[in-house]
Amino acid sequence: MSLLEIEDLSLTIGGARILKGMGISVAPGEIMGLVGESGSGKSMAALTVMRLLPHAARATGRVSFDGIDILAASEDQMCALRGDDIGMVFQEPMTALNPVKTIGEQVAEGIRWHSGATRAEAEDRARKMLDRVGLPEAKFPLSRYPHELSGGQRQRVVIAIACALKPKLLIADEPTTALDVVLQAQILDLLRDLVAENRMGLLLISHDLAVVTEMADRITILRHGEVMEAGDTAPTLSAQLHPYTRQLAQASMHVPARPKTHLADTAAKPLLEVEGVTRDYRGRRISLFRRAPDVRAVDDVSLSMAAGQSVALVGRSGCGKSTLARMVLALDRPSSGAIRFRGETITGRSEAELAPARRDMQVVFQDPYGSFDPRQKVERLIAEPLHVLEKWPTRAERREMVAHALHEVGLDQRDMDKYPHEFSGGQRQRLSIARAIITRPKLVVADEPVSALDVSIRAQILDLFASLNQKLGIAYLFITHDLTVARAITDEVLVMHEGRIVERGKTNDVLDRPQSEAARALVAAAPDLHRAIARRMQEQG
Amino acid sequence: MTLRADIPDETFTGILAKAFRNTAFVTGFVITLLILAMAILSYVWTPYDVTRLVIADKTQGPSLAHWFGTDHFGRDILAMIMVGARNSIAVALVAVGIGMGVGVPLGAFAAARGGLVDEALMRVNDLVFAFPALLSAIMITAIFGPGAVNAIIAIGIFNIPVFARVARAGALAIWPREFILAARAAGKSSTQISVEHVLPNIATLLLVQGTIQFALGILAEAGLSYLGLGAQPPMPSWGRMLFDAQTRMVVAPWMAIFPGMAIVVTVLGLNLLGDGIADILDPKSRRQR
Repeated sequence: MSLLEIEDLSLTIGGARILKGMGISVAPGEIMGLVGESGSGKSMAALTVMRLLPHAARATGRVSFDGIDILAASEDQMCALRGDDIGMVFQEPMTALNPVKTIGEQVAEGIRWHSGATRAEAEDRARKMLDRVGLPEAKFPLSRYPHELSGGQRQRVVIAIACALKPKLLIADEPTTALDVVLQAQILDLLRDLVAENRMGLLLISHDLAVVTEMADRITILRHGEVMEAGDTAPTLSAQLHPYTRQLAQASMHVPARPKTHLADTAAKPLLEVEGVTRDYRGRRISLFRRAPDVRAVDDVSLSMAAGQSVALVGRSGCGKSTLARMVLALDRPSSGAIRFRGETITGRSEAELAPARRDMQVVFQDPYGSFDPRQKVERLIAEPLHVLEKWPTRAERREMVAHALHEVGLDQRDMDKYPHEFSGGQRQRLSIARAIITRPKLVVADEPVSALDVSIRAQILDLFASLNQKLGIAYLFITHDLTVARAITDEVLVMHEGRIVERGKTNDVLDRPQSEAARALVAAAPDLHRAIARRMQEQG
Repeated sequence: MTLRADIPDETFTGILAKAFRNTAFVTGFVITLLILAMAILSYVWTPYDVTRLVIADKTQGPSLAHWFGTDHFGRDILAMIMVGARNSIAVALVAVGIGMGVGVPLGAFAAARGGLVDEALMRVNDLVFAFPALLSAIMITAIFGPGAVNAIIAIGIFNIPVFARVARAGALAIWPREFILAARAAGKSSTQISVEHVLPNIATLLLVQGTIQFALGILAEAGLSYLGLGAQPPMPSWGRMLFDAQTRMVVAPWMAIFPGMAIVVTVLGLNLLGDGIADILDPKSRRQR
């Protein structure tokens, strides 16, 4: 008997058809993986089960949970179900918790509401639940506030809230997408254990095929609101009978072709040298006269890059890699140490003196939504770096250059008269790249440039990065926590941990035979589709 | 798969269509337009000359000849309200102009520089803010003499900290965004970034604050001229008319009702307009509609 059974579910929101005859089922104690790219309707399917759809949504079909017809249930019935029998874990642990309530209150809230327990009883159970998810009393008393916790710890609190009443079904919508790989592995382990302990059904929603393969017993692949393929995880993914399944699997393992690889040539003058750079942030003021000790974000880091070389800087979130990138871009000043670009020191220079260096040094950010001013047209946005040219080009020249840059990243030159919101995430990342290459830089610093993108789009963007590296000889400093990205397009890798570089070497050497503790943890935690399928094959036969 | 809140569907016609579905905006817009039209019309035509005193017609109630009645000098109240609108709007508009013109650059500069400069500017701001606006306006007009120009300056000065604060708060929220970082990486100076990226993104905030300050300006002007510190006779003004009506409330209530209504309706219209603009341009309220 299935716990959750969805049949022929169709959903329209204001005329747009989100789901078209979608079906899925989850048995008690089973992990069902729901995979799809953005816009495939997977989150909406989850919200339908919770009946938390936007007002304009109309759902038809059959959704039954534990014998209850969800679509016909009254709001009172749903309130009784939500949080008690069905728990939900959201993607963004930063916004899923109420910032003005303690974690104890937030976990106990649901317990009191659904079971009618007294405050003391509820707090007692909340305490046990927080212990269970790995937040022990000594370090995490109930009186902690969400802002005092890190992202991974917050996600544990969210899981504690969702599982506090031992729900029959847990829905986890991209529970680890906002976390780094090591935290991701820990959270996935926790979810797996909770499912086994309580015989919960888990509906795991993700865009990451590798994560789902490692976790799920069965898998459903969704595209544009329709189920493409469904079945046991291992046979489905190893046979890859459906073309879309194959396409997704290949995109997740995609490695761009790079005939020429540049390895550090010690004889040539390096393009970028970082020497003993340290960055301290002043401690937070804890009282009128006292400050917390300074935080050292980057600690005595040295590195050098040759022209045309592609280097990955990998590490867990908060290890200081983005701070280092900002200092390389001269957007932040090191507390000590020196950074030289093409042999010239760039630390402590004025903006005017930096102009020549800025021409040859550009940046691509992670978030394709946030990196464009929403109120300017593409032409102006992409032409922005031209500002540092010695001679400000005429309007005609500028349009010519923008058109050329758009062409190089595979966009149409007519796109220059549009606003950024008219583009999809992948297209915007192409715009970011166009903006970065318009001045023909020697170095592009890319901060997690593909981690916000769907796998198929990610493969295309990686190809684009690789081809621009080949064609224009641009050197890349790739900042990422995703080892598949590092492996796909970089020659050398630097592993950063707590502000220091703990390991460096050729990408394949480091990732295949990591020496340092930090690198080993990263490699072990990184989801890998090949490995996951192989392991599943053994288990499921 | 997250729902993005800040995707603006910002075609001009799109906003216009949304604006005309918003009741608050339409009501406020129509009222404001009517008051403006009335003020402009008063330059070319008024039912009676407001400077001519006709003692024979004094304190008459509303009639076909005098729709809103006449005052104690026999002047037509409707004509006085029309001419008074001119004065109220001009004072409030210039005062908002002064507030925006000085306050916004100040706030944007404080946000861009940060640190001690920001701290110092904002504390001076607090100092100005700490004085009750009307009281200080009285002080200024008392020193420099009553009159429309001094009223404008007095009200304008107290608009500065309001706009400086709003601009600074808005700019502080924009500065950490990635597109600002991208602009900095492209080598733009903080002034350029403020003008090109920050100001357009806080413009709606300032527009809403502007309409609110405009309404407050009209109230302040009425208050000052009620105390005899605003526009001087024979130039009619709404506040002055209320003052004149005060002693005759029982015998000639229309002398108080109509100028009072003019103030209430204008302020209401401007507040509705501000609310409407905020609703239309705020992405959060937009999603629910």
